[in-house]
Amino acid sequence: MAEGIILAVKIAIAVLFVLNLAGLLTWAERRQSAFMQDRLGPNRANVFGVTLIGLLHPVADGIKMMMKEDFVPAGADRIVHTLAPFIALFPAFVAFAVIPFGDRLPIFGYEVNLVVSEINVGLLFVVAVMSLAIFGVFLGGWASNNKWSLLGALRSAAQMISYEVTLGLTIIGVLMVYQSLRLDEIVRAQGDLLFGFIPKWGIVTQPLGFLLFFAAAMAETKRTPFDLPEGESEIVAGYFLEYSGMKWGMFFMGEFAEIVVIAGVVTSLFLGGWQIPWVSTAALLSVFPGWLVALIQIGVFSVKVVILCWLQLTVRWTLPRFRYDQLMRLGWKMLLPISLANIFVTGAVILLIQHFKGV
Amino acid sequence: MADLTKELHTQCMTLQMGPSHPAMHGTVKLLVDVDGEEIHIVKPEVGYLHRGFEKMCENSTYHQVTPFTDRLNYVSPFINNVGYALAVEKLLGIDVPERCKYLRVLACEISRITDHLTCLGASGMELAAFTVLLYSIEAREWMWELVEALCGARLTTTWTRIGGVAYDMPEGFEQKTHQELDKVKRLIDDISGLLVKNRIFYDRMRDTGVLTADECLAYGVTGPCLRAAGVYYDVRKAKPYLVYDRMDFEVPLGKHGDNYDKFMVRVIEMQQSIRIIEQVLDQIPDGPISVDDPKITLPPKEKVYTSIEALVHHFNIIIKGIRPPKGEVYVAVEGGNGELGFYVVSDGSDKPWKCRCRGPCFPIVQAIPKMLEGSMIADVIPTFGMVNMIGGEMDR
Amino acid sequence: MAEESVTIRKLREQFADRVQVLPTPADGMDTVKVKREDILDVCMFLRTDGDLDYDLMRDLTCVDYIHEKPRFEVVYHLYSIYYSHAVRLKVRLEERDPAIDTVTGVWVGANWYEREAYDLYGIKFNNHPDLRRILLYPEFVGHPLRKDYPIDKEQPLFEEREETKGVR
Repeated sequence: MAEGIILAVKIAIAVLFVLNLAGLLTWAERRQSAFMQDRLGPNRANVFGVTLIGLLHPVADGIKMMMKEDFVPAGADRIVHTLAPFIALFPAFVAFAVIPFGDRLPIFGYEVNLVVSEINVGLLFVVAVMSLAIFGVFLGGWASNNKWSLLGALRSAAQMISYEVTLGLTIIGVLMVYQSLRLDEIVRAQGDLLFGFIPKWGIVTQPLGFLLFFAAAMAETKRTPFDLPEGESEIVAGYFLEYSGMKWGMFFMGEFAEIVVIAGVVTSLFLGGWQIPWVSTAALLSVFPGWLVALIQIGVFSVKVVILCWLQLTVRWTLPRFRYDQLMRLGWKMLLPISLANIFVTGAVILLIQHFKGV
Repeated sequence: MADLTKELHTQCMTLQMGPSHPAMHGTVKLLVDVDGEEIHIVKPEVGYLHRGFEKMCENSTYHQVTPFTDRLNYVSPFINNVGYALAVEKLLGIDVPERCKYLRVLACEISRITDHLTCLGASGMELAAFTVLLYSIEAREWMWELVEALCGARLTTTWTRIGGVAYDMPEGFEQKTHQELDKVKRLIDDISGLLVKNRIFYDRMRDTGVLTADECLAYGVTGPCLRAAGVYYDVRKAKPYLVYDRMDFEVPLGKHGDNYDKFMVRVIEMQQSIRIIEQVLDQIPDGPISVDDPKITLPPKEKVYTSIEALVHHFNIIIKGIRPPKGEVYVAVEGGNGELGFYVVSDGSDKPWKCRCRGPCFPIVQAIPKMLEGSMIADVIPTFGMVNMIGGEMDR
Repeated sequence: MAEESVTIRKLREQFADRVQVLPTPADGMDTVKVKREDILDVCMFLRTDGDLDYDLMRDLTCVDYIHEKPRFEVVYHLYSIYYSHAVRLKVRLEERDPAIDTVTGVWVGANWYEREAYDLYGIKFNNHPDLRRILLYPEFVGHPLRKDYPIDKEQPLFEEREETKGVR
């Protein structure tokens, strides 16, 4: 019984985290881009004059999308057309199941591991589930019976498959360093110190891996400079051209949820997850009660995630878009060889360390 | 692989880019035959904005045509006004006062800056660098405030009249211009800072939309597109009108004729335009702003209400119009996108027998297939952005 | 009288009586009247002669002198970037047979200008590669810039064209 309640609470935390942060990001993106562009951004929606610096706009947008006509174009495959947004949205939430937002803590007498699902192939699970999102995009573009959508779907399929290779290969470097596929254990391992003073975060042990993973992950989210499948000005809106109302909203939410998930994965793999540098969980537990430690760790994790989200938004509003062949060249001719080299160098270094330690 | 394609029946997909497509500002349709991402055939279709400019002109008096001309180009209306006014003045055989010439140069260069800012911002946005658009819109806003100070309108200026200009500079205009030019300079630097050395932008622009010098000339392409191909042709230098011969400015030239060169030519042209404006403000003499001939220029409004002569002249010009002698002129000015010519034929009556506008965009759009065929869908965007098609001028 | 320009001298040398030099109008541009059948030769000469090198076709248009005979006048504005000289060619065409050779072989860019003249004035250009309407739609009746086209004339609506059906 207690197990069930704890699981339910953990799921609630994970889902609400993604959902709220994604909703918040729609606002943050518009406000942040506005400040980058010398303007104010949305700040008018209000309830009885209370605007909350524009925070009500996501709510207003949600209501608007619910009320809009749900339009299916003539000649479209109705079932697939309806199913696609759901397929696009759900992987982002599911992937969050294996991302830890806290250590294994004693809370109110229970031993709680602050991760929804403790599966021992967590990292593979993330990659597998994230790559499911492509089906939503691809099917949506294909089912719309529109040439622009079709082009968008083609582009997205090619792009996401290409970049998943880099994504997967970069993860191998991380695995070699931390010797585990479980995200919670990877995060725990990052609490150690290198040479006694540098936190053993992924960004320190795998700096190249971090850059590669972040770039490839941003390509997976299909946002500028990798927004070829949408290509607002080229192929109009790409795969969701023929979507309206809440179906479109689901694609939209899926995109922002993916930003959050990618920020979460990058945080867990490279930025030490919930770890506070130089402060171990044991040290925290010796001062604070378990539930407060859990809150602190969730807070630290959230701060890191938000910083990474901010970084993604900044990039999106700064860079122009790639061309299709340039994107492929970047993926296959640059990122892929570099990530292979990264594995090779990581392996060599690990062998060298073992050799000297062995002697 | 070759055998496989033989059996499979494949065909090109025809895409209708436009007339309402996010990248087709202005209204034009490109019928694009694509094989995957590759473009095989491009067919531009124009005419969506045809309003019968020439037919309207033939049924209006010479003064009534002026407002039509600023509707031709909705990003640099002053230049079109000036071009038309110069043509009719040449037909009449009159020369406008010095101050008026300087004012017209000032207006032309303000318009050139707004034109180029729109072009650069829009093409930045279409390459998904949205921030650039808003920077350039902000800079354009400063320039349009100057336009507003000059003539009260922002777009539909009708400030240049036959025989002069409508109003003199308002008080404090020079100081305001200096201030706003400084802001615009900073914003232009920001824009080029964001794009010029940006690797993605460079890759997108370099070697796309190439039009060599020979091809440009064969198609009749002028302006920044021609200069980007390395041909030194600027009407302001080749056949100086107004007081451009007294201005110290340079004409930037490109080398490859690709989109990147067109972009850089435009950036430098804006900086040169700012130089010209500063020189105009330094050199501008005092004096009248329009010819002192009541048969050609409208008297000032306050005189119309207070003196009978002015009222009669006003009435005569409005009702009877002006009557240039029989003849024809072709006058070219350097518009934002190239040579903007006005060919006016007079039969001695109060209405032009023919008033033809040779817009620079018409030949450039004709050359679009040459620039695009064999490239990729994504290349349409920067190429079309750098063509900077103005529908009003092209379709007339 | 001012000294005659190199363009006029050369044209006189080459074509003698076949070209007629008109008095220079207000804009000071050399103006030459050419016979209909000579236009292609004259253009080719202007384009290829080393001292003339008219490489830029500025404009091609038509003027409808409805009260005169011949009625139509096709006007060519040419320019040389290198020598920066300009010339205007004029060709008169009869109302019953407004046809002239195309110059798209000399300047590719003449294509659309000729289509425009065809569209708005009904001038036919022999051997033109693609003589269709350009600014107006194919179903348009008449040529609107002719002086006898009434300004308040209405055009019929038309059905969707066969080739655009299903193309999205």
